Amino acid sequence: MKHILVLAIAMLAVAPVAAIDTGKAFDDPELQARYEKLISEVRCLKCQNQSIKDSNVFLASDLRREIRRLIAEGKTDAEVLDFLVTRYGEFALYRPRATGKTLILWVAPFLLVIFGGFAMFRVLRHRMSLPIDDERAAKEQSE
Amino acid sequence: MSRYVLPLVAVVVLVVFLVVGLKRGDPKALPSPFIGKPAPEFELPTLKDPSATIASEDLQGKPALVNVWATWCVGCRAEHPFLLELAAENSIPVYGINWRDTRAEALRWIEQLGDPYIASGFDGSGRVGIDWGVYGAPETFLVSADGVVLHKHLGPLNRQAWERDFAPLITTGGGAAQ
Repeated sequence: MKHILVLAIAMLAVAPVAAIDTGKAFDDPELQARYEKLISEVRCLKCQNQSIKDSNVFLASDLRREIRRLIAEGKTDAEVLDFLVTRYGEFALYRPRATGKTLILWVAPFLLVIFGGFAMFRVLRHRMSLPIDDERAAKEQSE
Repeated sequence: MSRYVLPLVAVVVLVVFLVVGLKRGDPKALPSPFIGKPAPEFELPTLKDPSATIASEDLQGKPALVNVWATWCVGCRAEHPFLLELAAENSIPVYGINWRDTRAEALRWIEQLGDPYIASGFDGSGRVGIDWGVYGAPETFLVSADGVVLHKHLGPLNRQAWERDFAPLITTGGGAAQ
């Protein structure tokens, strides 16, 4: 039983590796590292909750091919991301750049924390200023 | 009374966001970054004659449709009769980009179902598709006489979408009034 379980788990681990051609694209480990980082940050537009590293639809493999080509041509990471954004929009990036239209995405969480903190402060201060009802508390305790 | 104002405002804002989110239609549909910008340059061998090419310049001078299609694409089959109607009505020149397909199958498709296209470029590698920001066929672009992308339609094109989204742009914004 235990052996079958181990075998099953081992097979699960192998399946995604076999499906996707994300093996070695470059001999230079530095380029390979850049390539792997880039493909894990680009959304697969056809399967929108996967990166193109995790997907094997042909659009993802086409985009991987384009990224390999751009890196081989000596483009910087920023230029590669630009290539994708001009064609597919900021949505193609899992970490949209903090410019223009996408600024709200980056600023909103902080605004919400400030707003929530302020609201909590107001409520707590209001409660602190209420008189403590000793009589009722004593009554509840004796029950 | 004033203590209710803030929560009320918060709820109203939330409701507005939810309603807008619900009304947006297909949440997977992406707006094209090319709307209002020049259509991407391309040059492809044509489907019927690999030695001939079709390029951006061929589209200019008149508003045109660029339809991205493939034989593996179910939606393309659904919209095909309407493309034939458009071609028969002479409403607008229709160009095709045969995307990620094989030439033999694409030629058979045209032969069996009819050919609405003035010409189809053959993009077997998907390279031009990427330049146009294509992520799923069928996609249809409306390009103005001077080569600007006016609209992009995702999924099968039909008469309703044509009348609503394309026709008004052709008479007003497309420079086709003359």
